[in-house]
Amino acid sequence: MAKMKVEEQRKQRTKMSGALMLIEALKAEKVEVIFGYPGGAVLPIYDKLYDSGLFHVLTRHEQGAIHAAEGYARISGKPGVVIATSGPGATNIVTGLTDAMMDSIPLVVFTGQVASNVIGSDAFQEADVLGITMPITKHSYQVRDIQELPKIIKEAFHIATTGRPGPVLIDIPKDMTTAEGEFDYEQDVHLPGYQPTVHPNHLQIRKLVEAVSQAKKPVILAGAGVLHANASHELRQYAEQQNIPVIHTLLGLGGFPANHPLFLGMAGMHGTYTANMALYECDLLINIGARFDDRVTGNLKYFAPNATVAHIDIDPAEIGKNVPTKIPIVSDAKEALKELIHQDGKRPDITAWLAQLAEWKTNYPLAYQNDAQTVKPQKLIEMIYELTNGEAVVTTDVGQHQMWTAQYYKFNRPHRWVTSGGLGTMGFGLPAAIGAQLADKHATVVSIVGDAGFQMTLQELSVIQELNLPIKVVIVNNQSLGMVRQWQEIFYDKRYSHSLVPNQPDFVKLAEAYNIKAFRAKTEEEAKEVLKQAFSLSEPVLLDFHVKADENVYPMVAPGKGLHEMVGVKPCDESLQ
Amino acid sequence: MTVNNRPGVLNRITGLFTKRHYNIESITVGHTEIEGISRMTFVVNVEDERTAEQITKQLNKQIDVLKVNDITDQAIVARELALIKVAVNSTVRQEIYTLIEPFRASVVDVSRDSLVVQVTGEPEKIEALIDLLKPYGIKEVARTGTTAFTRGAQKNAVSYKTPFII
Repeated sequence: MAKMKVEEQRKQRTKMSGALMLIEALKAEKVEVIFGYPGGAVLPIYDKLYDSGLFHVLTRHEQGAIHAAEGYARISGKPGVVIATSGPGATNIVTGLTDAMMDSIPLVVFTGQVASNVIGSDAFQEADVLGITMPITKHSYQVRDIQELPKIIKEAFHIATTGRPGPVLIDIPKDMTTAEGEFDYEQDVHLPGYQPTVHPNHLQIRKLVEAVSQAKKPVILAGAGVLHANASHELRQYAEQQNIPVIHTLLGLGGFPANHPLFLGMAGMHGTYTANMALYECDLLINIGARFDDRVTGNLKYFAPNATVAHIDIDPAEIGKNVPTKIPIVSDAKEALKELIHQDGKRPDITAWLAQLAEWKTNYPLAYQNDAQTVKPQKLIEMIYELTNGEAVVTTDVGQHQMWTAQYYKFNRPHRWVTSGGLGTMGFGLPAAIGAQLADKHATVVSIVGDAGFQMTLQELSVIQELNLPIKVVIVNNQSLGMVRQWQEIFYDKRYSHSLVPNQPDFVKLAEAYNIKAFRAKTEEEAKEVLKQAFSLSEPVLLDFHVKADENVYPMVAPGKGLHEMVGVKPCDESLQ
Repeated sequence: MTVNNRPGVLNRITGLFTKRHYNIESITVGHTEIEGISRMTFVVNVEDERTAEQITKQLNKQIDVLKVNDITDQAIVARELALIKVAVNSTVRQEIYTLIEPFRASVVDVSRDSLVVQVTGEPEKIEALIDLLKPYGIKEVARTGTTAFTRGAQKNAVSYKTPFII
């Protein structure tokens, strides 16, 4: 009987076009914002979007759309949704897809495609998007039967947001958007090949509890997995319960409060002395949701050489990939931490270890020599930190400004930090800030970018102005590709091959051309003044800081070196001269 | 390994091997007894256990991959088919017939100056036959690559010589 009723309901369903199905599906998924750019192959979709009531942000480049979607996803915890047209529209999102794949950001991306009957004929604006994006998506689909569209969209949202999050792409041939079919979005997702392990194995948890109880020098390395699992609270609870110090990866920042006494700072190439030495000296390393990236570990030969390694990760392929692991725990970070807290194991006796860590913290803090006649980039970040009480949402590109921000902006809250970590994408920060602001309308959003990266996606200023998003765009302007210049200074005998860019536009005038208020500062005093002014305004502001151009990021673990071989630990370190 | 028989699935798998820098020795693909599900058998040379484990895990992450089984160290039935075109003249033709007999190979095509031998078996057996036929002049070889099953009974599992089969 019940079956017949369902059948009847199905029959009653009116047919609708693929484009309308897409709109209906997005509504069913409660999508708040779509980032996109129209074009020939997606015209039927945009036609249905026109009076759908859905909020669509027209970025000025598809790369802007996908980075904005990443920023939105990172702050809201919901999947970012992107629409791009076929061919160039789709190829313009390739960088963003890769970025999202590397940093496990949930996205559902729709690309238009030429009509089914001309696919493969090198038609106008045709590109093999499925082929191009296969290695840079968690999964992808091409719609070949209109009846499958609702199921595909439903699966895409499920796959993007569960397990280890990531981007899912749906390529829709134009004829599929006009073809009609029945819209059934009630069906359950059934994917036999995709069953992420969410709950930890109890035996493995017991092993970890045992290892912790016997550890003399334990340390937790927490990555973005903690943030994706919304497990900041549990991480803190567990670290406090067991009295274990915590280190963050770049992407994990904010997962554990930076002002907590158990926090040792960021690990890796530009991490703190204490964090890196703790990783080198520890006897038990508990990795929670980090993937042992090479920028974190340095030379693997010297990475945690005396430690028993435990690794909690929702992606089994990350466990043992780079670092041999004694205690593998495949699990969602929150579930594993809850279980560990529940076990309430014996607290290890680590008085000596804590004393050692405290000594390092006191003797080797992050440090720089200030010079008030210029704007020191580190000082700039500190000023922004103080002005925003460490509460702002901060986005960055990649490079020197990113490292200084990671070092000197102390994130005490989770989900405030949006940066391109794994892929290291220039031009990420500005569009990501748009998404971040839309995800949290009341947040103070600061986009800290370099002068070079800014010029890769600056067209999105137009969107910021149009939507009057009160984003503060901070350009750390050293008239160079700072990190490239730094490496050339240190490793290439100061041969600054194509890294110095003194020829640049007047960024203040440029912002004004976009009808955005802008200020410039060249000394600390000026910087203080313009920052105060900017943050008192509830509208977008662009700030061009001419920072000391030859400033380098320290401390630093040179490529190929172990974490314990840091240079530039003290500002007066001879190796800096 | 069993996979959903969807467009692009082979591309996904081979792309993964390329991306992660693994070399494929051979692949075979075909339908299974279940509609919509295909079986793929890969032979991959790896340096250590860890790499084998990593490949298995990466394959498992693919949504369309249903089951991955590393059968390197299991008791298995592994078969490959090869077609070998050998240069012949009337004087050696009969000799080849005799030569291939212990291999349970058969001649499937004969022409004035060549014949085609079909042989099925484990890769080693095929190698051996090719070696034997080489002196006559091999014109062409077509091999299918290994396809394999685990044996019904696993009692006397021995380490299989081919490094890594999934």
